[in-house]
Amino acid sequence: MIRIRGLTKRFGDTTVLDGIDLDIAAGERVVVIGPSGTGKSTLLRCINFLDRPEAGRIGIGNLEVDAARASRAEILALRRATAFVFQNYALFANKTAKENVMEALVTVQGRSRAEAEIRAREILSETGLADKADSYPTALSGGQQQRVGIGRAMATDAALMLFDEPTSALDPEWVGEVLDLMRRVAERRQTMLIVTHEMQFAREIADRILFMEGGRIVESGPPAKLFDNPDDERTRRFLRRVGR
Amino acid sequence: MRGLDLDYMLGLVPVILGYVPLTLLMAGAGMVLALVLGSLLAVERVIRVPGLDWLVILFISFFRGTPLLVQLFLFYYGLPQVLPVLTQINGVTAAIMGLTLHFAAYMAESIRAAILGVDRSQWEAAQSIGMTQVQTMRRIVLPQAARVAAPTLVNYFIDMIKSTSLAFTLGVTEMMGAAQKEAAGSFLYFEAFLVVAILYWLIVEILSQGQKRLERVLNRTVAR
Repeated sequence: MIRIRGLTKRFGDTTVLDGIDLDIAAGERVVVIGPSGTGKSTLLRCINFLDRPEAGRIGIGNLEVDAARASRAEILALRRATAFVFQNYALFANKTAKENVMEALVTVQGRSRAEAEIRAREILSETGLADKADSYPTALSGGQQQRVGIGRAMATDAALMLFDEPTSALDPEWVGEVLDLMRRVAERRQTMLIVTHEMQFAREIADRILFMEGGRIVESGPPAKLFDNPDDERTRRFLRRVGR
Repeated sequence: MRGLDLDYMLGLVPVILGYVPLTLLMAGAGMVLALVLGSLLAVERVIRVPGLDWLVILFISFFRGTPLLVQLFLFYYGLPQVLPVLTQINGVTAAIMGLTLHFAAYMAESIRAAILGVDRSQWEAAQSIGMTQVQTMRRIVLPQAARVAAPTLVNYFIDMIKSTSLAFTLGVTEMMGAAQKEAAGSFLYFEAFLVVAILYWLIVEILSQGQKRLERVLNRTVAR
């Protein structure tokens, strides 16, 4: 359902993504692991066009975008087919938790405020934050902010949810609640592409693990295979380093 | 050295107060228009519309680089000679126009800085959920920039209230013009101008109190 072909991103002379090919089936949960600076986050950001890829094709459902000459309308369509959860939450600072979740419903989907509010309250209950609906981001803990961030992404009803190291900025005490929420999202067969350093979580939640290094997908496979019996020496070296 | 004629001064207060509404009208209208124009200029400076950017830069440069009094004279006495349509314009309208253009140029720079001060992640988050650039600016970035720019913008409003006194040079009888006329009749220049000075001061003090309240309201999103 998601087809990525030859996705390439350069920053100056550095090639961060070197012609990535990737297919993700509907409902599949894919986790990307790999050393820092190997393009994992850039892959997610390019799929959402937060970073503009130089070349490649991105297809989601019936939408097919050629990165090199993507029009404004195509970029918008691609962004509406995907949702993004940021490492630093990036909640709208001028809006309450409820308004953060409502924003896509009102401005992008064109729903009435009343309708959007009902849906936002449902989503906040699912994230366990019904009592924080009227709190501004600064009044929330890191874990609560990230759960709102996930709620905001859920509200978009996007075909693909992208998670860019969603627990990396969190104090250890808040990591568990965010991972729990992600598990609940995964249980609904939401298509997810996740960059994370939480290896145990990756093993548990993923249908498939991608190991990236140097802007390429070095190896991919089911968690049991990739974690316990990887084919590539680079994968083995990385897993040894992170203590697995 | 002579003593102050306090009775004269007290008698003058209600006379000058009668012109406060006109002063506030000019400053209020100028402020609203300057905010709108200043925001548009600031947004243009941030997104840089090709072909328009140099014009905006030129506009801001000119209206910040020349004295308000010169601008007012240019509009009111100068321009109508070149553009006869403008001979219809009255002093109050010309003053509001001059204040608008002058202060819009200053506000544009403050608002632009405030927009650029909004964290990049706010743009990215809005784009990631599929909001357009215009929606992002209007619903996410400008409200946050407004909080940052508010104290400076209120300062410009205070400055604008005082600058309305220049309208008197366009033949408008506002607070300063009224004081001038009174003084010309009584020859008590010191008393007349002291009264008008104190009244301006009071208006500005009242506004400063309002500024504190405004900042409390705008800061509610960052209060714990």
